[in-house]
Amino acid sequence: MSLRSPSVCLLLMLASVSVATATPLRFCADPDNLPFSNHAAQGFDNRIAMLVAHDLHRQPVFAWTRNGGRGFLRETFNKDKCDVLIGVPEHLRGVLTTTPYYRSSYMFVTRRRERLQIASFDDPNLNGRKIGLQALEDNLAPPSLALIRTGHAAQLVGFNSSGAHAPDIVRAVANGHLGTAVVWGPLAGYFTARDHLPLKLTPVSPLVDLSGVPFAFAISMAVHKHDLQLRDQLNLSLAKLKPTITRILAEYNVPTLTQEAR
Amino acid sequence: MGGQIHPYTGAMEKDDGQWVRATKDYANTRYSSLDQINTGNVGNLKVAWTFNTGVPRGQEAAPIVVNNTMYVVAPWPNKLFALDLTKPGAPLKWSYDPNPSRAAKGEACCDWVNRGAVFADGKVIYNTLDGFTIALDANSGKLLWRTHLADISKGETITMAPMVVHDKVFVGDSGGEYGVRGWLTALSTKDGKVVWQAYSTGPDKEVLIGDRFKPYYASDKGTDLGVKTWPPDAWRIGGGTVWGFLSYDPSTNLIYYGTSNPGPWNPEVRPGDNKWTSGVFARDADTGQAVWFYQMSPHDLYDWDGINENILLDLPLNGATRKVLVRADRNGYIYVIDRTTGQVLSATLYVYSTTTTGVDLQTGDLKRDLSKAPKTGQEIRNICPTAPGAKDWQPSSFSPRTGLLYIPHENMCADEEAEEANYIQGTPYVGVTDRFYAGPGGNEGELMAWDPINGKKVWTVTDKYPMWSGTLATAGDVVFYGTMEGWFRAANARTGQTLWQFKTGSGIVGQPVTYRGPDGKQYVAILSGVGGWPGAIVAGDLDTRDGNAASGWGNALSDLKSVTTPGGTLYVFALP
Repeated sequence: MSLRSPSVCLLLMLASVSVATATPLRFCADPDNLPFSNHAAQGFDNRIAMLVAHDLHRQPVFAWTRNGGRGFLRETFNKDKCDVLIGVPEHLRGVLTTTPYYRSSYMFVTRRRERLQIASFDDPNLNGRKIGLQALEDNLAPPSLALIRTGHAAQLVGFNSSGAHAPDIVRAVANGHLGTAVVWGPLAGYFTARDHLPLKLTPVSPLVDLSGVPFAFAISMAVHKHDLQLRDQLNLSLAKLKPTITRILAEYNVPTLTQEAR
Repeated sequence: MGGQIHPYTGAMEKDDGQWVRATKDYANTRYSSLDQINTGNVGNLKVAWTFNTGVPRGQEAAPIVVNNTMYVVAPWPNKLFALDLTKPGAPLKWSYDPNPSRAAKGEACCDWVNRGAVFADGKVIYNTLDGFTIALDANSGKLLWRTHLADISKGETITMAPMVVHDKVFVGDSGGEYGVRGWLTALSTKDGKVVWQAYSTGPDKEVLIGDRFKPYYASDKGTDLGVKTWPPDAWRIGGGTVWGFLSYDPSTNLIYYGTSNPGPWNPEVRPGDNKWTSGVFARDADTGQAVWFYQMSPHDLYDWDGINENILLDLPLNGATRKVLVRADRNGYIYVIDRTTGQVLSATLYVYSTTTTGVDLQTGDLKRDLSKAPKTGQEIRNICPTAPGAKDWQPSSFSPRTGLLYIPHENMCADEEAEEANYIQGTPYVGVTDRFYAGPGGNEGELMAWDPINGKKVWTVTDKYPMWSGTLATAGDVVFYGTMEGWFRAANARTGQTLWQFKTGSGIVGQPVTYRGPDGKQYVAILSGVGGWPGAIVAGDLDTRDGNAASGWGNALSDLKSVTTPGGTLYVFALP
């Protein structure tokens, strides 16, 4: 079994002249998890967090916490290591989530020159190919369910997709080690663009598995359950800043789906 | 009571009253011939002295006693303390601080434990959570060598107690279920150089499978099964770590050890037997070459590690003396295996099980009830035994006087529930939640005396909480063990009756030992400090309102925090 205990590494006070006297707004963030966040606050979640904090006249502070996953809420968030979580699925249990600020899905990653249109799990082009999947905690990412059902279990290859290993999975498609991969949209989009990889990304279809497990997620911020006031402030701010947020996401090449298409 | 008790017939190592390795002897009996403390006087046992490790985390280590010095390894940051037994109160002689990486504790699955050191050839050798094996001069504490073996950036850690045979020390890795490939490494005790390394998955060449490999069952015969019984490349991250205790038979020069469960946890994504995980290897101690392998849980469905200890006994069976190894496995069966061939002579269920229906002795196969097989996205109820199994790492003991094994174990079931969205920061997914609860009878833990010849329970002591401490058997016909609430107890080896008990400062998840002090008196020692996988509820201060805390233990141990607090104290007892 595995129980990764995320630990708060340190608090980084972000220099901010204009709001130096403002109350800090503490965001839990991973120190090494691009494109979402990193220690130098270069991830899009860092950028969006700072944007929102400034809008609320609060001083953004990052509480560095190693990965999320099992035990994270219990051991870190509920111990009040931070006020806000960024990049959580909407309606995450145990917390109060905001209106989503983007929506994305798991994507088929294929080589552009192959001109494949793999979108569905029963596409015959999947036959015989090694299929990369992110390893999340002890298991493979949710699209493994559909791939197993369609008879591709023996083709699945798991990839660690955090920190320095994050680009490995898309690179493995580009260099031919994998025939294709199914990767969470923001990760696939960011590394494909950053590393100039000749890859094509297609949202998986359908977006919900027969078992009911979703492959598309609306992504929100979250606050402590009792913190209605902060949630409402964040919602107003996210709505107001929507154009800027959309621009930031585009900068990181995050493939987004419309909020309505659930 | 009942059950016919036969004497043990094999030769045991000479007992010099010391305790030089966690398992006491190569056979892993944890039996001491000291009998000064016995059923008649154990009731007078008193605390002689104590020592604080300074780390309030799971204390799973066995104290080592050599040349009137006791060596104690603390949980991360893994300081080693040498205590002078010749002086009153056993003052600190020296201590060694390995300055391990801070990152290691984030990678360690189940608290920050260490299972102890080993003494050999004037050296004390032990492992650190961040992946080093360290040899110190036993007299001065001076660092002799230090070898980096496990890579924490890949999720590998080391928690096991190393074992030395001749001029080699054997070390295996631990780690999260995903992304780690298991191995056992032999290092030269002289300079720490790697002599051989045997992986638990992958091509035969890397598993050290060659001409000498003669497994008993057909399912283990073939070329490169460590590759072919996996989806492509999955063996590279397939688990099979080696974090339990090793055994050694000097007459055949074979070492024995178990391999952990395969990864990833959801079995649907790794069709195949997933060799060589959840099984037992016999290897040549000098070359590492595999001699046989037996897989208790092929294609493991429940996180049933095969790392539990193998106790080497020579048992009279059907009129002949058989050289066997006996293991109480996580899957609920006590196996008696011919240790020269790997043939399973018997496999007897010792707990309540809903997941299996027996072991086929012709094929070696574990027969399963597939209606209890986990499927991602589906809820399965009443899975018995659970992930920690019928018994986890906590070691048993054996007394040649009674012919009985003293086996501490669990009695638990689980519901696996599909969970709503969860996330690793930025990446959402749907996970599975385990909720553990007590099996039939309502007790989560049990200590049982087991007759390995007749395959029968002779007596049993139940406990509200899982029995996560090891046991110690002595020639005084006393069995020592601890409970999660902190009771350290002496039981009558023949009846299980509690003869003495002492409430220590924290829950006990350690390994009791006994030794003869420089004053000629017999002492019994145990580390108290709750932790480990279930005890992390207390040591890590997890919120038990979350039933999934510590991967499922939250539900079963919801009140443990109210009965014990974290600790890290060594207690040493003697007669007045």
